[in-house]
Amino acid sequence: MSAMISINNVSKWYGDFQVLTDCTTGVKKGEVVVVCGPSGSGKSTLIKCVNALEPFQKGEIIVDGIAVGDPKTDLPKLRSRVGMVFQHFELFPHLSITENLAIAQVKVLGRSQDEAREKGLKLLDRVGLKAHAHKFPGQLSGGQQQRVAIARALAMDPIAMLFDEPTSALDPEMINEVLDVMTELAQEGMTMMCVTHEMGFARRVAHRVIFMDKGAIVEDCDKDAFFGDINARSERARQFLSKILQH
Amino acid sequence: MALDFSQIIPALPGLADGMLLTLKLLVMAVLGGVVLGTLLALARLSDNVLLSRLAKWYVNYFRSIPLLLVISWFYLVVPMVLSWITGDLTPVGAFTSCLVAFVMFEAAYFSEIVRAGIQSISRGQINAAYALGMSYGQAMRLVILPQAFRKMMPLLLQQSIILFQDTSLVYAVGLMDFLNTARSKGDVVGLPHEFLLFAGAVYFVISFGASQWVKRLQKRFAV
Ligand SMILES: Nc1ncnc2c1ncn2[C@@H]1O[C@H](COP(=O)(O)OP(=O)(O)OP(=O)(O)O)[C@@H](O)[C@H]1O
Ligand SMILES: [Mg+2]
Repeated sequence: MSAMISINNVSKWYGDFQVLTDCTTGVKKGEVVVVCGPSGSGKSTLIKCVNALEPFQKGEIIVDGIAVGDPKTDLPKLRSRVGMVFQHFELFPHLSITENLAIAQVKVLGRSQDEAREKGLKLLDRVGLKAHAHKFPGQLSGGQQQRVAIARALAMDPIAMLFDEPTSALDPEMINEVLDVMTELAQEGMTMMCVTHEMGFARRVAHRVIFMDKGAIVEDCDKDAFFGDINARSERARQFLSKILQH
Repeated sequence: MALDFSQIIPALPGLADGMLLTLKLLVMAVLGGVVLGTLLALARLSDNVLLSRLAKWYVNYFRSIPLLLVISWFYLVVPMVLSWITGDLTPVGAFTSCLVAFVMFEAAYFSEIVRAGIQSISRGQINAAYALGMSYGQAMRLVILPQAFRKMMPLLLQQSIILFQDTSLVYAVGLMDFLNTARSKGDVVGLPHEFLLFAGAVYFVISFGASQWVKRLQKRFAV
């Protein structure tokens, strides 16, 4: 498998505060990588560096052969090829679900309204929400909104998907409907980088697990190794896992 | 002293013309002010330090001087600037110079409202727009500004009601708006009190009515 995303020695500072320290990892084509770690460890920052929502000062990130940090890179174009799903959904509240799904297809990819609408409806159907097409985001539950957000990202035909804690703002009973969509996506071979604390999902779906602490990648190993031989894991990862697996 | 309002009726067509000019000035000034104000707000919020500082100076400057001064000043300056630009003497009427004055003055106030509106939209929204491949311009135009304007509509309308009253300051350069027409007609027929009282009542009804309407709108938007 070839590398879809490769992150090499990336460091980032907010003023004097170093958020990322020499992060090196990658995601191969069709691979599902789960990123976990305590709050403030830099997971969101790292994933946002991948599609240049956050700039970084050192190292390089290559997405499908394109250097993200290169000033010559057409960032909007790069971002239009990488889907992203956020913790708080971030659907556009002033637009209907249909318009949410269509707007970037039309304005960014230059598809016709009809084409965009049709594609949007197809994806909406796929996440089980076709009946809600005419509604506005505020009229949907959190789980439904997040499924729409996933469909909106998929409408751009992304080469990879980034997820930043897609279920952590959801009520417990809605988490599974979102994880099910993600699982299906993974099984279809989508390249995915997911920040999540859903270890059940990681066990079932991930190929690799990355554990971050204080801005550094502490563990980066196969799913089976990560969950299998707990004693081979670092002290911090063990503490984190025992805390998180207790719930 | 007995008040005699009967002379107002024959003056109504003239007063209506005055009101028309007032409203025309108001609408054009609000539109121009909102457009310029939005550009100022975007400049103020931009990462470009120079641009942001220029916008800040502009806003602080126009908020620190009286509107009457701006109107009188622009009445002198606008024709001069235009003749520099075009090379020959282009006569511009008092209306144009007043419009420019109002647009530039009100833009300072509108820009603060729009800026607050933009800042009230969460960072996540612009990130989502960017993540879909939108440019800065698209993200602002399609995602951020529509939401900001929706939130700020009551404040923009309130500011416009204040501007409606402030348009009366154009009497300083002799423009025949509603108040100036009422004043001059009242003088002509020797009934200045009646005409001014009438004008006051009209301003009150329009401003108060509009303000109540905005309050209702605000409640509906809040839901
Ligand atoms: N704009 C910013 N300015 C300064 N510091 C920031 C900024 N954004 C994030 N940080 C800091 O960077 C660190 C990493 O933040 P980040 O959001 O990446 O963590 P995280 O692992 O995603 O945490 P969480 O699980 O809470 O989402 C934190 O200590 C945070 O306070
Ligand atoms: Mg985070």
